Amino acid sequence: MSLLEYQYFPVTRPGKGAGGKTGLWRVYRPVVNYQKCVGCRACFMFCPENTILLWQDKVRVDYDYCKGCGVCANVCPVKAIEMVSEQ
Amino acid sequence: MMFLRGNAACPGCPIPKELDALLEVTGKKTVLVVPASCTSVILGDTQGGQPSTVPVIHSAFAAAPAIASGVAASLRMRGEEDATVVVWAGDGGTGDIGFASLSGAAERNENILYVCYDNEAYMNTGIQRSGLTPYGAWTTTTPSGKKEFKKPLPLIVAEHRVPYVATASIAYLNDYQSKVRKAKSIKGFRYIHLLSPCPPGWRFDAGLTVEIAKLAVETGVWPLYEIENGEFRLTSISKVLVDKSKRKPVEAYLRYQGRFSKMTPEEVKALQDYVDKMWEEIREMTKK
Repeated sequence: MSLLEYQYFPVTRPGKGAGGKTGLWRVYRPVVNYQKCVGCRACFMFCPENTILLWQDKVRVDYDYCKGCGVCANVCPVKAIEMVSEQ
Repeated sequence: MMFLRGNAACPGCPIPKELDALLEVTGKKTVLVVPASCTSVILGDTQGGQPSTVPVIHSAFAAAPAIASGVAASLRMRGEEDATVVVWAGDGGTGDIGFASLSGAAERNENILYVCYDNEAYMNTGIQRSGLTPYGAWTTTTPSGKKEFKKPLPLIVAEHRVPYVATASIAYLNDYQSKVRKAKSIKGFRYIHLLSPCPPGWRFDAGLTVEIAKLAVETGVWPLYEIENGEFRLTSISKVLVDKSKRKPVEAYLRYQGRFSKMTPEEVKALQDYVDKMWEEIREMTKK
């Protein structure tokens, strides 16, 4: 019997969602207005959660993990991201 | 992406972004040593998977620089000279509880990169005052505002004659990353002090994190500089702020934060005078 079989090693591996589906915390949802978006990627640069993803020269939001803090809406130079209530 | 989404940080907390920006520069060959802090919670494994893509050592409060010294020595013995050992500590773990071992590691000039993310109180345990809490700030242990000024920790570490000391801000990511890049290329003890706004602790809206960090630099409360082998140099936007007319009044920074809401006009004036005096000292240092 090898050591690995009977002994439990508390090893963690990298994985998304260490805190669960953090999108459930959200009160306001960021919605990108693609008519206004100029693709500067300021939101991608400053999103604290890395939930802004690059997509076709512009961006989209990973709603599974976005916590709805609103940093992206505030740093957007053309105000193309709107915070909409989740209700 | 070096730091994965879905971690346990509060909404608007800049720590995941700061770690992502750090790991983007230092790369896969990095070891993080994290003493007890908010980051211990964020890096914790609750649902089967940790957000960090590099190995992490969780350490006791006062032991992180000593553990990092040991890891750096062991990596050197193995011939892994290109690996970076990073201590990622909060302001309490750096300036108060862990200060003795920080000072010891700096004096021995260990080959580690020490990053202090400064959210200006013990936020993890419920917003208690620390040595790095600024003047006039509300915390649960200073209900009428702190009466002492913030400890000038980057300058204290620079007095140990270490090769590299820098301050950074999350609002100036390129400046922060270039400092990490420079620190990575230097051997010896490197120290980066990073201002990290905390929405629940500083009492401001979660969406204003970057604006608050930017205002801290623009009002001169948080100067961006680096000290390389004793040579003092202002970086980024702080270069122009030596001139007082270019700086915004500190009220612009205090206004958005609930923790400063109880400050009287006299206290605001005292803080403004303190900031102006600090910049006079900085002007003297840049002349050298």
